[in-house]
Amino acid sequence: MSTQTLPRLHPIHDSATMLRRNLKRMLRYPSMTITLIAMPVVFLLLFVYVLGGTLGAGLPGGGGRAAYANYVAPAIILMTVMSTVQGTAISVAMDMTEGIIARFRTMHIARVSVLTGHVLGSVLQAVFAVTVVTGVALLVGFRPTAGPLEWLATAGFLVAVAFAFVWLCVALGLASKTVEGASNTPLPLILLPFLGSGFVPTDSMPAAIRWFAEYQPFTPIIETVRGLLMGTPIGNSAWLALAWCAAIALTGYLWSKRLFNRES
Amino acid sequence: MISVTGLRKSFGDHVVLDGVDLEVRRGTVFSLLGANGAGKTTTVKILSTLLSADAGEVRVAGHDVAREPDAVRAAIGVTGQFSAVDKLLTGEENLRLMADLHQLGKAEGRQRAGRLLEQFDLTDAAKKPASTYSGGMQRRLDLAMTLVGNPQVIFLDEPTTGLDPRGRRDMWQIVRDLVADGVTIFLTTQYLEEADELADRIAVLGHGRVIAEGTAEELKRRIPGGHVRLRFADHERLDAALRVLSDASRDNDALALRVPSDGSLHELKNLISRLDDHTVEVDELSVHTPDLDDVFLALTSQKVATR
Repeated sequence: MSTQTLPRLHPIHDSATMLRRNLKRMLRYPSMTITLIAMPVVFLLLFVYVLGGTLGAGLPGGGGRAAYANYVAPAIILMTVMSTVQGTAISVAMDMTEGIIARFRTMHIARVSVLTGHVLGSVLQAVFAVTVVTGVALLVGFRPTAGPLEWLATAGFLVAVAFAFVWLCVALGLASKTVEGASNTPLPLILLPFLGSGFVPTDSMPAAIRWFAEYQPFTPIIETVRGLLMGTPIGNSAWLALAWCAAIALTGYLWSKRLFNRES
Repeated sequence: MISVTGLRKSFGDHVVLDGVDLEVRRGTVFSLLGANGAGKTTTVKILSTLLSADAGEVRVAGHDVAREPDAVRAAIGVTGQFSAVDKLLTGEENLRLMADLHQLGKAEGRQRAGRLLEQFDLTDAAKKPASTYSGGMQRRLDLAMTLVGNPQVIFLDEPTTGLDPRGRRDMWQIVRDLVADGVTIFLTTQYLEEADELADRIAVLGHGRVIAEGTAEELKRRIPGGHVRLRFADHERLDAALRVLSDASRDNDALALRVPSDGSLHELKNLISRLDDHTVEVDELSVHTPDLDDVFLALTSQKVATR
């Protein structure tokens, strides 16, 4: 063993460096961000203007298109987060095919910073995307009852959700052998809100789907967002949602770390 | 600076490295020469901590790559076969990224990036994304990024593959300058000319083993293929020489003969006196030592023949 001391590792500084790299890459390649935002916007317009009249009539207490815009907006906001994290899986998979990752692996740096750079970049991207989509929702008739405190709580909660699912998607991106694979594997994250209380109340569903809907993570997440923004009862949804997020973040982090350290 | 003993690596049933031994001294250029698929890149990956070995001991810059990978990483720089630059970032941003990862501080990072851009003739392209660079420019940027951290050992994995002759010559000059600064270079290449130009010592890798090692001159001397070329004024003199020299063969040139020889003074003296004894007049005599191509072909085909 050598007695020579190694230069200290700087995980926070390295993560900040990698975050700057990822933000620059996002700015150079804006079509990715635009695509990620366009998807939830299209869904929002579709659900409010095409389906909203009928779906709104079926809500408890009725109310038509205006009521439905308020019902669906939280789900669309969550879909925006999922759309962004799907983009994370793609950009991580793309990054892994580039030689620069091999270079990072041969350098004496905090290795996890390659991943934390992606995670932090994507969370910021999600914040940006959610802001844009919420703005569009307000334009098409979304009328939240939330005060400043609730808005702040919503923002914090969504950042936690984004953080958890970004780690999961980093792992999915690392696990997929091709970039195409990485764009497909997170697809369930877009679909799961449909099998929950995102677009219609779960009471209207057949028993089996209702059972699934009530126990899957997206239902408490959506109920929390809806409760914060619209003043509907939250109950224990917030705690359930945060527990899900913690579990997903931890799984994603450990899985990503293992995948990144495996030999290529 | 680098010492490798009994290095083995297989991927499934496929044996890539089958007991490789190498020794590289500080401040020298060592070239690992081999055809595609000979195991050059695998060797570099193991030496640069990207892959672990199945067996054998590898020490780089005084540290064991398996037990102290971080210490090895702190001492090395790697420029891979496929440019390891971030194509969405500009040349300057790529260098600043490396400076940040080496904890260089803003002012020093900017200064070093500027100096390297100038040294590698990239100043004009500094603000353009690397994706717009030519192959040669990307390789230069790649190597410049490796140099930001002042590595003691640099691995260059086929640094000129795919470059045009000009780009290749530029790269050679850069490598020579680096060695002059005292850096140790481990170079892999499939071009014999490149190893001949740059390397202090050459190891030829074939079928997972080092099949020959030495200086370019040593390798050339070990291999048959050297000959003396004799040119004659006319066919009569050539025929006369053929009668005297039973082991001569006709050269492509109608008025020339090839006589196998190791080029040593002793053999030359013998040859000249034999010609002199029979009063054969020779217009022109030249000695040809084998080039590395001869060496390479001879070594690799020998190995195939014994299998």
